[in-house]
Amino acid sequence: MIKRLLFFCLLILSGLTFLSAETKKSGVIVIQGATVVTVTGDPIPGGTIVIEGDRIAAVGKDIPVPAGAVVLDATGLFAYPGMIDAGCFLGLQEIRMVRATVDSQETGRVNPQVSALEALRPDSMHIPISLSTGITAALVLPSGGLISGKCGLIKLTGWTTEEMTIKDPVAMVVQFPSMRGSRRPSDTPQPPSRNLQDLQEIFDQARYYGQAVSAAAADKALPLPDFNETLQFMQPVVSGELPVLFNVHSEKDILDCIDFVKKEKIKAVFMGVTLGWKAADKIAEAGIPVILGSMTDMPSSWDDGYDAVYRNPVLLHEAGVKIAFSSQSSSLAKDLPSMAGKAAAFGLDRSEALKAVTINSAEILGVAESMGSLEKGKLANIVLCDDDILELRTNIRHVFVEGVEADLSTVYTELLNKWKKRHKKPE
Amino acid sequence: MNRRFYIITVVFLLIGTALPTFAQDVLIKNGTVLTVTKGTIENGDVLIKKGIITRIGNNIEAPAGFKVIDATGLYVMPGIIDSHTHIALTGTNEGTDAITSEVKMRDVINSEDPGIFTALSGGVTMVHTMHGSANPIAGENVTLKLKWGKTAEDMLVSEAFRTLKFALGENPKRANSFGPTRGTPRYPQTRMGVIAIIRREFLRAKQYKEDWDRYNQAVKKNKRLIPPRKDLRLEPLVEMLEGKMFARVHAYQADETLEFIALAKEMGFKIACFEHVSEAFKITKELVEENIGISIFADGWAYKMEASQGIAYNAGYATKKGVLVSINSDSGERIRRLFNDAAKAMKYGGLNEEEALRLITINPAIQLGVDKIVGSLEVGKHGDIALFREHPMSIYTRCEKTIVEGEVYFDREKGGEK
Repeated sequence: MIKRLLFFCLLILSGLTFLSAETKKSGVIVIQGATVVTVTGDPIPGGTIVIEGDRIAAVGKDIPVPAGAVVLDATGLFAYPGMIDAGCFLGLQEIRMVRATVDSQETGRVNPQVSALEALRPDSMHIPISLSTGITAALVLPSGGLISGKCGLIKLTGWTTEEMTIKDPVAMVVQFPSMRGSRRPSDTPQPPSRNLQDLQEIFDQARYYGQAVSAAAADKALPLPDFNETLQFMQPVVSGELPVLFNVHSEKDILDCIDFVKKEKIKAVFMGVTLGWKAADKIAEAGIPVILGSMTDMPSSWDDGYDAVYRNPVLLHEAGVKIAFSSQSSSLAKDLPSMAGKAAAFGLDRSEALKAVTINSAEILGVAESMGSLEKGKLANIVLCDDDILELRTNIRHVFVEGVEADLSTVYTELLNKWKKRHKKPE
Repeated sequence: MNRRFYIITVVFLLIGTALPTFAQDVLIKNGTVLTVTKGTIENGDVLIKKGIITRIGNNIEAPAGFKVIDATGLYVMPGIIDSHTHIALTGTNEGTDAITSEVKMRDVINSEDPGIFTALSGGVTMVHTMHGSANPIAGENVTLKLKWGKTAEDMLVSEAFRTLKFALGENPKRANSFGPTRGTPRYPQTRMGVIAIIRREFLRAKQYKEDWDRYNQAVKKNKRLIPPRKDLRLEPLVEMLEGKMFARVHAYQADETLEFIALAKEMGFKIACFEHVSEAFKITKELVEENIGISIFADGWAYKMEASQGIAYNAGYATKKGVLVSINSDSGERIRRLFNDAAKAMKYGGLNEEEALRLITINPAIQLGVDKIVGSLEVGKHGDIALFREHPMSIYTRCEKTIVEGEVYFDREKGGEK
């Protein structure tokens, strides 16, 4: 009897290894029967996605299954591209009030030398939770001060920072804190804020420093300027190579920053933009994309209406601004889809809301050639779920990151399973 | 002539003051009525007379003089109840002493707090607004109807349980960031001390009660006896021992929650509800056995050490195990999206739509002792209603109107202004 059982087990085991060996050999996975929401094209009911290695080899209807491919029946499910969180503190903040676990904000006001990803904790308990919600990539932000440091884009699978890094740095983060309370508009033009004046001075000095460095490089007879860490790390910014991510909120700061970006001829992305609707046309005209801040922020002034933050995305979109959503969180970074859904509840078209967590985010972060939609040739970042991906009730069934199915267990499920044992009825 | 003019004026004035009664006569017509306790009625109507629901069904005609609200395409649900918040108060923490049972939130109601309006914009009609968590024994909480624009007196819900706030764990441990004693360590600084100081106060209260009982007996024979000195700090604890008031206990960890249950048994008082209880999923057995509800976040967690195991499955799992769960805001912002938070228990915990709706309607009503008057749409209950576009458990929903006792206090069509 035991012998027979053992034999049976062996048979199953050998079958399993055979299967995985076969998958490895062909490296082809076919997802069949799902409603494929490509984002960039129309949804394909009963569609097929072919994954070859880390890429999408084909998307469409009635695509033949390549020989040796592993087929995943996804009938009744929806396939979406992995969502992108365009601003969060994943891996930098573990337990917000326990300082020892927080690495998002350096001391001092000017820190262009720091990089968020150099403090990233790949094993953060929050990362798998975002992943299990269908988020496959995230922009990790430094915060605080005037120049917070550099942000970087990670995928939400991998064991080390190196394995997780998609793009680093993405931008230099600059802060113009929000003003709470209503500020009466003034008839007389106001000077730029102290923040912007300080930033201007850093830019001017950095340009001078850069000229001195290149002059000395060209002519060995000239002395090198005294080493200056700040000015050195500002070089890629002033040269226009590294974009600036302006965390900016008030109408005046937005307008001042637009002027600054034009004058300094730098690449820029706006983030937060709580009062963006007041300057939507100007932002659109300047062609600066916007990463919206948390939709759980309160309006900065009651005069703006109770739903000012909720309406902001649709007003920006209608003015022609490219928008993306961000969680601005680590412990609740999983709420990213709700941010987009909330904006849809207040007028943003649902398909635009979806774009603002997928393709728009990819475009703004400069990675649209490899992610943000389900298209042939892009990385196979695919989410299979049982309903609209932005809905609160939706269950995520499978997540593929670069063609590999991800483990969706989290500290949530681990703790729950552990304690379920206590409540199990004795048999 | 003059006299007649005055009489007419007075008559008109009287009619004018009588009008608010009519304002509470309303028919909500042709919506999807989510009664919560009695199923869903498609194309349903709700008739409210003088603020009370008198009929629910189909094809109800509006009696003369009734205002009609067209709910075509809308979802009609009971007003949301927040079992734990701090809005509409001018103060939250009397943090100078560890024990401040004498303070009452009803003394500091701020009827003009915009938080009331924010809450209404999210369909909330009733709140249990509480003392903060700086003290092991804090103060008496208060339950309010959100009648924005009316006085504090108008908002009080006299039917609600009287509740006293207790707090365990990190907050009472680290409290002395308040007032002139800021920085000076205040006893207690440990969880040992927190339990010990609450026990001490109840022992004092028992003795105080005994002193008064003895006096009350003795004074019958000797009218000249001097009564014991009144102690306003101990009086509420005596009321707790007499079952006139119940404990609402801020507790995150499973261990301290169980310790408090043991302490309540030892001292002989009743617990109405535990607050936050990030780790309720560890002790559903005890919570069910003791019949104690929990008022928790949907998924707020990991902001401090004691909340670091507050998994999002907590509400759904505890509900399935039979615990009376409500989802609270504890915040003047989250209060406007409790319906979103409730929906999270569908994903994490597998509740259905009605079970999820219960977390913000009838369950908090039961916890506050007001389930006979609010918490579901039933004949005889108050006309406290929220109208939503899309099902309230959908992320695409939004609150269109909020009605308290038949009166519209939030109307999105009117720019949200009343």
